[in-house]
Order: sequence, then structure tokens, then C-alpha cells
Amino acid sequence: MELRKETGMLQILDIEGNFRKELEPDIPEELLLRMYRTMATVRKFEEISMGLQRQGRIGFYIGAAGQEACSVGSTAVLGRDDWIFPAYREPGALLLRGETVLQLFHQLFGNSLDYNKGRQMPNHFNSRKVNVVTPSSPIATQIPHAVGMAMAARIMKRKDVALTFFGDGATSENDFHSGMNFAGVFKAPVIFLCQNNGYAISLPTRRQTAAETLVQKAVAYGIPGERVDGNDILAVYSASARAVERARSGGGPTMIEAITYRLGPHSSSDDPTKYRDKEEVEEWKRKDPIRRMALYLRRKGLMDERSEKKIGDEIDSEIRAAAKKAEGTPRPPVESIFENVYSEMTWNLREEMEETVQRYGAGYTGK
Amino acid sequence: MAVRTLLQSVNDAMRVEMEEDERVVIIGEDVGRDGGVFRATEGLIDKFGPGRVMDAPLNESGIIGTATGMAMYGLRPIAEIQFMDFIYPAFDQIVSELSKIRYRSGATYTAPLVIRTPYGGGIKGGLYHSQSSEAYFTHTSGLKVVTPSNPGDAKGLLIAAIRDDDPVIFLEPKRIYRTVKGEVPDGAYTVPIGKASIVREGEDVTLISYGASVHTCLKAADEAASKGISAEVVDLRTLSPVDADTVISSVEKTGRAVIVNEAPKFCSYAAEIAAIIAEKAVDSLSAPVLRVSGFDTPFTYTWENVYLPDAERIMSYISRSVAY
Repeated sequence: MELRKETGMLQILDIEGNFRKELEPDIPEELLLRMYRTMATVRKFEEISMGLQRQGRIGFYIGAAGQEACSVGSTAVLGRDDWIFPAYREPGALLLRGETVLQLFHQLFGNSLDYNKGRQMPNHFNSRKVNVVTPSSPIATQIPHAVGMAMAARIMKRKDVALTFFGDGATSENDFHSGMNFAGVFKAPVIFLCQNNGYAISLPTRRQTAAETLVQKAVAYGIPGERVDGNDILAVYSASARAVERARSGGGPTMIEAITYRLGPHSSSDDPTKYRDKEEVEEWKRKDPIRRMALYLRRKGLMDERSEKKIGDEIDSEIRAAAKKAEGTPRPPVESIFENVYSEMTWNLREEMEETVQRYGAGYTGK
Repeated sequence: MAVRTLLQSVNDAMRVEMEEDERVVIIGEDVGRDGGVFRATEGLIDKFGPGRVMDAPLNESGIIGTATGMAMYGLRPIAEIQFMDFIYPAFDQIVSELSKIRYRSGATYTAPLVIRTPYGGGIKGGLYHSQSSEAYFTHTSGLKVVTPSNPGDAKGLLIAAIRDDDPVIFLEPKRIYRTVKGEVPDGAYTVPIGKASIVREGEDVTLISYGASVHTCLKAADEAASKGISAEVVDLRTLSPVDADTVISSVEKTGRAVIVNEAPKFCSYAAEIAAIIAEKAVDSLSAPVLRVSGFDTPFTYTWENVYLPDAERIMSYISRSVAY
């Protein structure tokens, strides 16, 4: 069998805002504006959260700046009952589906209104309300879950599909290969969306794999693959729409490699100047997905300078108010440490809880 | 009631639950057409079809990972790992994912998955078909770990595990799959998870064990009886959450405890039982708590009969305990 080398990538919207009319996906205006607003919210949310982290008010932050089109463009094609299995650069997926900025801040602060009850580091967003499944820190582990959920949907004769996000580094992990192989064998309705941002922390993709592209790994698993400009929201949307259509109609899984770039550090603990040049970052800033979408919306007559500024202002005040509110929300009571380990608390956890309550007092939420 | 082997009652439990609850599905290597390498799933694919009895590619983390996703979505999957010795590729999926989904999501997501796996020595399986690695899993919060020693418990505990809202590691003592037989009720019933059982009452010493070793303990207890020592035998049945009350009341009665299991001794599950006794019943003890375990070596092929605790070795520890 000849090895297909999918080295090209689909681009519909270029960096100047020009778009290829014949490939332009048909996206309702209301959705387009919501997609833009979500991307802009993610960017601003990150700016403010990084500030909170630098001031020691939250412990950690993992940014998505530069990659917003990947999660927003793909989530936009899903139905409400489809499930998303995120990595950790996809707050856009939650926001586009209607989760609030306030809820994300509750997670960053690990307070009593955080769905996770203060048990996870920042940026491990989950929301049952919008079918975004609880993420973890180990890499690629969510991939087989997405495949299993998709297999279950078929077994239960439902039409729901799974979308899972992961990065270039994840393609070296066992679970990526497990998930891809099971999906191929069971024809699971799942979309594998690889955000190839060029680096797994410091390791460039060319050192992650000798393969010319990541999407060619799909060939080995009998899965169709597509490579897109991940900073072009129209390309991401259009490839995702094809993948979802294939999944829902019984055609099985698809892998999408979205070429993108993380403009900021890997996390608030990372110093990217150690492993990449300033020039490279500057070059990618010119490919900014949000700016590109703004240009598109202007050309479509859906946004002008005034409305763009108005959206920006609204986002800014919404985020600042939410941050304040979340920071002022008390921590979960100390007993919550011992809850939800099991469906019912076991005797040894009860013993530990009682000892802890004796020390701190019942319902202790800190000083 | 019918006389069944432990293996047949495992099969029966799955059949009964699959009939009662269409959310119950099976995934594992060779579980379909082949009926599993030990035949635990024999006949199930014919009855329930390949959609519910899924032959998986040879990849343990894929089996556990996909089954976890199925469980989160609403199925009640049973994943079979062919031998416990092969569970380690799935270790990350079990320890980092499955066990923590309820906790890390604040119970907005749960994964009620049963992992069935044959474990333990005695079938000439050498290093890689004999291990007892329960301690890795009992050390992980969020998992329940269950192991039956007889057909009646096997069926009732497996049904309880399938119905449980938490992930359960169901360890099947393969050495006694076909050798231990007993009356097993027809239809569905449960044996509660978290409850030990006193399989032989005694006054002088408590033998605490689980799985296949329970039968070795019973043999040792017979031998002890012939020497005038009355041994009580506790079958833990559930390793986590452990029924400490039953252990403690027995030790309070006898004043002596000998813990018997096949796993290597150092940092083993037996050490936890010894610690619980030390913390909660030290005043009742007339002798140090003793452990009869596998050696602190990998499992062995040629000398497996020496590696595994037998009645004679257990008897020598009983004697030491009583003579103290």
C-alpha cells in the first residue's frame, strides 16, 4: 500500500481575511457572531487569569491563546447531546455551548461552586450541563474514553457522537494509539481533533515523531484524516462538519490535524524563550485566528469597528465581574475532601473525616 | 439450586445480569467466539450478540479506557483482563482515570465499570500467569476490590459489583475456578460488597485470608484441630472497603491473628490488615500478628508449590502464634 502523505492543509480564510467563496461553509450569522465572541472571551479570560496567577490569587493557568479557532470551530458543528472529551486548552468548547465565564472562574479558584469541588488544578474544566467531560492531567487518556462513549452510543442506538481534543505530544502516548485502533475496528462515531501547536512543552513536533505529518498516523488505523489550518476557523468548521456527518451517518471516525500555535507559554510555570525564537512567535501572531475571524466578519458586514469594540468591552466587564465574584465565593467545606471518593463514604474515610473535622471544626472553609 | 463451579457461577452471574439489564455489556480479549481463555464468557455471544459481547483488540489500556467511556455514558460494562499479570498496560487508565472520575468531577460524572480478571498462582503459570497484584488497586482510593472464594459468593458478589455505582476490580482465583464446587441459587441475588464472612468458627487463633488461600487456610485449620488448636477462618471477600469490624471482633475473641495471602509479603495487602489489627485491637493480642505470604520475589515456575503458602507453612505459623 502506498503511504499517503497528507502534507497539504486546507485553508479557506487567509491571514488577510480573504476567503475562498467556493469552500466557505454555510454558518448562520448568529452562530458566527457567537463563535467570534467565544474566541475573544477565551483570549481575554486568559489575559485576566494569567494576571491573577501572577498575583498569586490562583495557583496556575494553562493558556489557549492562538488556538481558539480549533476548539470553537469544531464545537460549533456539534449538537447539544454530543459529548466532548477535552484536554486542557479548550475553554472555548464549554463557553460556546453556554457554560458561563463565572463557572470557569469557580474552577480556577477551586471554590464551593466549582463543579469539581476544588479538587483539580486550574483549567480542568468539566460541565455536565453542556456535555464536556471531566479532564485529567495525564496526556491522551481521554482519547479511549471518547471512543468508548461513541461505541456506547452505537450500542444504545443513539445518534450522539464524541469529539476529543489532544495535542501533538499526545500522539506519542499509548492511549492515542489504543483509541485510534479501537475506533477504527469498532467504527466508533468519534472525531479526533489534534491541535498540533508545534511543541509539547519544549519538544518540537519534528522530535516527537519522524512522520512527516501527524494525520498520516490515521492511515495505519484505517481512519480518514484531514489536515487543516487550525488558525482558520472556517477550515476547522468545515473539516469538523464533514467528520461529524461521517460519524453520525455510520461512517466511523475521523482524525483532524489542525496546525496551530500556542502564542503564550505552555502554562504559567513555563518559559518558552528557552526553546523558541521571538521571530517565530511574531510570525504566528500575524496568523492570529481571532483577528482573522474579525476580518471575515467585517467583510461579511456582520461586524464593524464599533461593534467589535462593544463586544470587547462587554467581554471585559463580564470577565472582571465574574473573577471578583468567584474569588469572593467561599471554599468548599473541609468535609468535601472525603466526599465523592465512592458513592457512599467508607468507614476509613469517615474516620479520617471525623479526625479532620475535630481539628478544623464542622463546615470549615478557611479563614 | 444447582451445583456449579466458581467459573460457571461467574458465567451465570453475567448471563443473569445481561438478561435483566440491557446496559450490561462485555468487552475483552477472546471473550466472544472463544468464550474467554478460561471460558468465563462461554455462550454469552450466542445469546446476546457481538454488539454486547465485544472481542477487543489486544490492548488492555484500550479495553479499560473504552469501557470507562462507555460507563460514563450510561452503560454497565464488564471488562475482562485475560490475566491479572497483563493488567499493567491499563494501570494508568485504572489509577489515573477510572478511580478518580467521580472525585475529580465532583460526582457530575461516574464510571460504574467492573474489571474481571483471573489472578493468583497454582496453574503452573510462571511469572506472568500467576500474580496477585491486588495491593496496587487496594492502595488506590475510588476503587472497590472484591474476590470470592466459592461459587455462591462469586455469583452474588459479581452481580453486586455490576450493580454497584463505583468501579469494582473483581479478582477471580483461577486456581479454584473448576475445583471448588457448591450449591448456587438460580436467578439474580447479591452478596454485599464490604462484608467478610466467617467460614469456620474457632477460639484460639484467627486466620484471615481471601480467594484461593481461604481453602488452604481451611485445610490448615483441620490440621490445627487435630493438634487441639481451634482456628477461626475469616474470608474477607471484599478487600476494599474492608470489613474491619469482622476482623477485629474475631481477633478480639481469639487474641491471635495469622494473615494468609499469595502476594509478596513486603507492602502487601496483608500488611494493611496487620496494621488495622495493631491500631484497633492491640490490647486483645496475645501474640504478634503474623503473615504467611508469597516470597518477596517474582513468581516462580518450577517451585510454585514452595512459593505458595500451603497448609503446612500456615500450620507452622499457627504453632508460632499459639506458642508465643
